[in-house]
Amino acid sequence: MKQIYLDYASTTPVEEGVVKKMTDFMSFDGNFGNPASRSHSFGWKADEAVEEARNNLATLIGCDPREIIWTSGATESDNLAIKGAARFYKNKGNHLVTSKIEHKAVLDPFRQLEEEGFEVTYLEPNSSGDITVEQVAEAVTEKTILVSLMHMNNELGTITDIDSIGELTRSKGIIFHVDAAQSIGKIAIDMSLNKIDLLSISAHKFYGPKGVGALFVRRKPRVRLEPLFHGGGHERGFRSGTLATHQIVGLGEAARIAHQQMDDDLRKLENLKRIFWEEVKDIEEIYVNGDSKNKFPGILNISFNFVEGESLIMALKSIAVSSGSACTSASLEPSYVLRALGRKDELAHSSIRFSFGRYTTEQDVKETALLVKSSVERLREISPLWEMYQDGVDLDKIKWA
Amino acid sequence: MAYSQKVVDKFEETLNNPEKASVGRWKPGDEDFHRVGTGIVGAPACGDVMKLQIKCQNIDGENRIVDARFKTYGCGSAIASSGQLIDMLKGKTLEEAQAISNQEIVDILELPSIKIHCSVLAEEAIHRAIDDFKSLRNND
Repeated sequence: MKQIYLDYASTTPVEEGVVKKMTDFMSFDGNFGNPASRSHSFGWKADEAVEEARNNLATLIGCDPREIIWTSGATESDNLAIKGAARFYKNKGNHLVTSKIEHKAVLDPFRQLEEEGFEVTYLEPNSSGDITVEQVAEAVTEKTILVSLMHMNNELGTITDIDSIGELTRSKGIIFHVDAAQSIGKIAIDMSLNKIDLLSISAHKFYGPKGVGALFVRRKPRVRLEPLFHGGGHERGFRSGTLATHQIVGLGEAARIAHQQMDDDLRKLENLKRIFWEEVKDIEEIYVNGDSKNKFPGILNISFNFVEGESLIMALKSIAVSSGSACTSASLEPSYVLRALGRKDELAHSSIRFSFGRYTTEQDVKETALLVKSSVERLREISPLWEMYQDGVDLDKIKWA
Repeated sequence: MAYSQKVVDKFEETLNNPEKASVGRWKPGDEDFHRVGTGIVGAPACGDVMKLQIKCQNIDGENRIVDARFKTYGCGSAIASSGQLIDMLKGKTLEEAQAISNQEIVDILELPSIKIHCSVLAEEAIHRAIDDFKSLRNND
């Protein structure tokens, strides 16, 4: 059966041209040298490739190449930024601010810092999924040393007003970290204009390889970090460890392509989303999660009331999507992001995230929409909750066993 | 979640041919409704609700389940578990049905350990339906 991939927010395929470039940096006939080797041409050529990749990424985000630190991915970048900044500046204060809808790669380092004695404020989004500059202004105190918020939410596609928040944190001398794993290469960001101090980047979300990412660390004003890895002092001491040349080359090439294609990609995604929504919008009792005004068109998260998400995914077996349902998670807990929006648990269980990308076709979204319609209808036929709803029973008033 | 082929088959069977899979309901006013016991278990907030109905008939002095219907809101294995339970019920006496254990469903469907609660829900559903049927009898 032909599978339609609509889970681009989870990961993306690597562009063929990127794969080709990467394989040139591995074997004996290729450019396999260690970029840290200063004594021969093998090292120089590898170093040249790494620096070209750094330039490509710097061009994409509008920064000085010297502000980019290579890492193993966004999880490492988040850990290095959050733990590194909090531990370095701990003598200035012990208060940190983040939000309840961050990725686990941000929330878990904060939990760790709480163990170390820091105090953390977790901001709650409004029902549309927005975290506002006013909320940040209210949360920060004299003791706040770090604010960390995501640029684009991975479950909802909502976009945070990082420009305004950056102005606020800079004016108060607070370090501002942004987890941009979902947004880089998809929507524009210009580090030469905003006041973000640390920015986490992941390659595999924008058609680069898995296992590589970067952390932007601002030079002016200078941001300092306590490193996580100690060793050979690579990446100006921020991140020791031999550079994964082929991975970095892949990230750099993906960044170059993203810089060229971003506008076209965005237009295409707007169109796909419009087509998809036209088809599904008339299904009864559906709720769009994260109905923010500022949203990325490549992610659409919908709750189909009275239908459980995992069963819907099983019914949509030719479509690859993900769900906020507990049944699809190892923890058996429904999505904490949807809960933070104030969604009832049953709506979290009923949610599906559709995420479109560069290889998605109009035919893909039309086919998916039709299949969603018929599957929701069929699952409702076997749903006792739908039956009760049709009978006019108020489900909130029932005492469930 | 990697399910066994049996869960997938049972789920698809139910979805593709609900009538044959005994999806449905008896409601007040239906002929014979006084011989129908209903059990509803689970909660929407937990992600699964199972509604089981059994129609019983006194045959040679024993109440037997002559027909059963269900509706389930829940994950694939919850839907498969209820379908499996239905297959096991028909023709059984109430005592025999009462004795069905969730482990039988786990074994037949090869449920992964994280989904065992779906089979427990099915076991609870039959117990509730039997209790409901008996309470109807007492009211006669």
